[in-house]
Amino acid sequence: MNCFEIKNLDLFYGGFQALKKINMEIEAGMISAFIGPSGCGKSTLLKTLNRMNDIIEGCKITGSVRLYGEDIYNGADVNLLRKRVGMVFQKPNPFPMSVYDNIAFGPRTHGIKARCELDAVVENSLRNAAIWDEVKDRLKKSALGLSGGQQQRLCIARALAGSPEALLLDEPTSALDPISTGKIEELLLTLREKYSIIIVTHNMQQAARISDSTAFFLHGEVIEKSDTKTIFARPADKRTEDYITGRFG
Amino acid sequence: MKNWKESIMRAVFFLSAAASILAVALICLFLLANGLPAIGKIGPFAFLLGKDWSPADVPPSFGILPMIVGSLYITAGSVIIGVPVGIFTAVFMSHVCPPKLYKFIKPGVDLLAGIPSVVYGFFGMAVILPLSGNSILSACILLGIMILPTVITISESALRAAPEQYYEGALALGAGHYRSVFSVVLPAAKSGILASVILGVGRAIGETMAVIMVAGNQPRVPSSVFQGARTLTANIVMEMAYAADLHREALIATGVVLFVFIMIINLSFSALKRKEK
Ligand SMILES: Nc1ncnc2c1ncn2[C@@H]1O[C@H](COP(=O)(O)OP(=O)(O)OP(=O)(O)O)[C@@H](O)[C@H]1O
Ligand SMILES: [Mg+2]
Repeated sequence: MNCFEIKNLDLFYGGFQALKKINMEIEAGMISAFIGPSGCGKSTLLKTLNRMNDIIEGCKITGSVRLYGEDIYNGADVNLLRKRVGMVFQKPNPFPMSVYDNIAFGPRTHGIKARCELDAVVENSLRNAAIWDEVKDRLKKSALGLSGGQQQRLCIARALAGSPEALLLDEPTSALDPISTGKIEELLLTLREKYSIIIVTHNMQQAARISDSTAFFLHGEVIEKSDTKTIFARPADKRTEDYITGRFG
Repeated sequence: MKNWKESIMRAVFFLSAAASILAVALICLFLLANGLPAIGKIGPFAFLLGKDWSPADVPPSFGILPMIVGSLYITAGSVIIGVPVGIFTAVFMSHVCPPKLYKFIKPGVDLLAGIPSVVYGFFGMAVILPLSGNSILSACILLGIMILPTVITISESALRAAPEQYYEGALALGAGHYRSVFSVVLPAAKSGILASVILGVGRAIGETMAVIMVAGNQPRVPSSVFQGARTLTANIVMEMAYAADLHREALIATGVVLFVFIMIINLSFSALKRKEK
């Protein structure tokens, strides 16, 4: 089954075309990686999937994006969409409030008020993000006191608290040390069954280690998308091969 | 040659900086030297907690409790009125209003800051007095308006300085624009907003002219907001012209009390700044 189906997607920032005729299917329950050189449109495509581009002035989109068959640009409730499609940013961005309130923010936004219910959601999300043991004694303390790696896992937990169907991660480990990176990769592998995960990364090894399928972007186009083993072992396109072997100029 | 120029520049900078320090030191010295003896003569309790201010009686009484209470009531009231309006305006300006409207609001707020207080006083006499008479309420409304520019300007820059990633993070969790602004951006700007409130309090407690024109100025402890009251500042200005001897010293001592209030406000402001770092 496909989680996302993207058809003939063009995206313009004012007069600049950042995405060109994207056609892509993203399978449910897998980890998909977006790779490609800086400025090729990976983040832009990621942001079209939860409509974070809506807040960018002068951003125009044509074509269609479907989430489990539903067109997310025509008549969809954007807040509900963002609950269904969680997002984790490159720079960890816990809110300046307690760990608990960070996690409870999404559920509260969507109408969960009862204390016991919130407690359960908070604990579950933190457990799912493999950070419960590290923060269970400091739920009431500011989230800004956590380390960078912990903050990022907190942000993953926060996204999970809305019980999303898909999770978008934009270079989630690029600001982290190798150990924190390893923890997040492990975490993503455990989440893989339950959520469709899309990760943007500049780290080839990371894409190779954790993703099931990989898409290579260049100048706003998808050059090639196939399962990760194939793309790293026998890339179909010369440009893909140049990029992943580091010969990209 | 170059060194010579450098040392002149350094002297100029040093003297300029020294001038303001000197001014503060002199004011302090003057206030304390002239005010403290009076407090000693009247007695600190009789002065600070005395409810009766009748400098012309024989023997005179110099209790400034009514003015302390008057200043506190009027300052608190203006904060209650001015701060919420100011914060909402700041949120509106930083996160809601379209740029076209902003071009009108921003200069309007700046203008509000530049209007002399006597003009505010006239406005109060013409517009507020017919509604609520010479009273604490009138003074609170007028001062509430007068502290708006302070609260708005500083809160607005605090809101704008709140990292964009908080706002985006909240949106990405499915929160709408207003929920994102009020429950994430506003708390993130908390200390800047608090600073704007403290500065607004300083402005309100030190205001003199406009308050005199609408507050009624009776030196008695008020029992409702519809009664008139006299502030510390009003007490000094209204009587200084003809006061002599102990009366005059008691007015300067009133200034000492006002100075202490301002000090407390400034100290809490800098404590806040320090906490921020
Ligand atoms: N808000 C914006 N307004 C105008 N142009 C933009 C905006 N955001 C991105 N772009 C442009 O769109 C193109 C794609 O940007 P995008 O951020 O998607 O690249 P990326 O592949 O994520 O790069 P990186 O690996 O450096 O994060 C770039 O040329 C960029 O300059
Ligand atoms: Mg990017």
